[in-house]
Amino acid sequence: MLTSFDEETIRMLESKANLLRRHVINMTFEAGSGHPGGSLSSADIITALFFKIMRHDPKNEKWPERDRFVLSKGHCAPVYYAALAESGYFPTEELHTLRKMSCRLQGHPCKTKTPGVEMSTGSLGQGLSISNGIALAGRMDKHSYHVYCLCGDGELQEGQVWEAAMFAAHYKLDNLTCIVDRNGLQIDGATEKVMALEPLADKWRAFGWNVMEINGNDIHQVLDALERAKAHKGRPTVIIAKTTKGKGVSFMENNVSFHGKSPTKEEHEKALRELEGAV
Amino acid sequence: MKRQMIAQRKEYGHALVDLGKRREDVVVLDADLSGSTRTADFAKVFPDRFFDCGIAEQNMIGTAAGLASCGKTVFASSFAVFATGRCLDQIRQSVAYPRLNVKIVATHAGISVGPDGASHQTMEDIAIMRTMPNMTVIVPADAPETYKAIMAIADFDGPCYVRMGRSDVPVVTDEGSRFEIGKIQTIKDGADVTLIGVGQMLAACIEASEMLAQDGVSARVLDLSTIKPLDEAMLIKAAKETGAMVVAEEHNRLSGAGSAVATFLADKVSVPVHIVGMDDVFGESGESDELMIKYGLTPENIVESAKEAIRRRKA
Repeated sequence: MLTSFDEETIRMLESKANLLRRHVINMTFEAGSGHPGGSLSSADIITALFFKIMRHDPKNEKWPERDRFVLSKGHCAPVYYAALAESGYFPTEELHTLRKMSCRLQGHPCKTKTPGVEMSTGSLGQGLSISNGIALAGRMDKHSYHVYCLCGDGELQEGQVWEAAMFAAHYKLDNLTCIVDRNGLQIDGATEKVMALEPLADKWRAFGWNVMEINGNDIHQVLDALERAKAHKGRPTVIIAKTTKGKGVSFMENNVSFHGKSPTKEEHEKALRELEGAV
Repeated sequence: MKRQMIAQRKEYGHALVDLGKRREDVVVLDADLSGSTRTADFAKVFPDRFFDCGIAEQNMIGTAAGLASCGKTVFASSFAVFATGRCLDQIRQSVAYPRLNVKIVATHAGISVGPDGASHQTMEDIAIMRTMPNMTVIVPADAPETYKAIMAIADFDGPCYVRMGRSDVPVVTDEGSRFEIGKIQTIKDGADVTLIGVGQMLAACIEASEMLAQDGVSARVLDLSTIKPLDEAMLIKAAKETGAMVVAEEHNRLSGAGSAVATFLADKVSVPVHIVGMDDVFGESGESDELMIKYGLTPENIVESAKEAIRRRKA
């Protein structure tokens, strides 16, 4: 039984996710580089967080009670920047500057340059540790904020992630939710071929986490899981969100070559046509 | 003169407790070595602001970064070999790049760690830490200076690395002297050669200056407690006034403070810069004083280098 959200909210969020996807296609095309695949797979999760679940205020960026988002899979900066711009942290026109000289939108998130970016990331495996620190600080200072950390699945091969998982469970950080974008692909191929992660849910359970498994490209399921994660007390929650890499663009879906490759002119046009047709 | 011997980490523990009393924002992390690093002193008094991360230094550094991003002044401690090399990428990406207020304070640096052997004797940590933008690198000379350095970095907003050893080291700095990040303290004036001491090698420099005095050589002794940023004005002044420099450090001589000083002076003052440090080899088990002799880290080695530097200046 899913937590109820009205149809209008779901439709609004679906169309927002579609808009973020179109930004991602435009941004990576214009930049001539970047990572569309993982940006597209996580677009629904990011949309649910930025436009429904998280309390944040672009006009009061450093509001102490704001919910925090850490993009541990820093290479998915395009979809993150699109969400920040659409939230109002900076003009959407600035999205065209991604990866260009003297821009604020670096190839990977940079805390000191980009409004709204909580933490510099890009070297995989570090975001959950950072989220631990933010969650601890929130508890010490009796803030009500919740910390959301988005990890890639391939990223879970980094040992530091499991150090962090141990720590969060040990200190009972229930103001922390980790979302795993389980698209099943990493640069060298399928995660299960490169370095198997399964049984992934069992691993997290063994580390002391509350575990949920959902379809991460279904906005309603994402919203429901995020709400339940926030309500869960005594343990941190991980949401293993099964997604499709390249989601929304037929020729990018489950195509590992689009992990870190920007679309050509033809691909760019075709992708936009598909996404616009889906609205 | 018999000098008082105190371990620097003892004063680190005292400084943390004093800081904790004064400032609510101070949080301390350790990676299962709190008894040795003395962060346990803080943990006893402020259990709610101390977090043991277990034997997981990479997560400790990331957690420190997260805490600092929320306005905490975070001290993260372990042995120097683990606090730097083991989590180098975490320090670079999550602390130095976003310029967060994390103080990595490491003990048990250098060959004077002794019997634990080469696995624990880091002779590379100054090199590692000084290569990163935004990082301040401090090596206090003795226990009183350690206390002052800890107080100073707590008041400074930004990433810092502080290095100290395990063993008791002679007290050589003046209790009343002021510590300032980035400033060299002149311990003793002199005209013929400048001896620059780093960490406990400052004591060796003072002893060397007394030996040189017997041979009629007037040596200036400087306490280089901040390796980065360097006190450029004082280095240029000493180089110009004495014309011969020796840097003594308990570190690989290819890449430490001596290397920093030599590189800085290279295009400013034409002056011989000799480095008394460890050759590019790993250490071994042994007692601290035996190892210091075997690997050439004694006042006698400094005297020899000073005389050679003076000869080269005259040549």
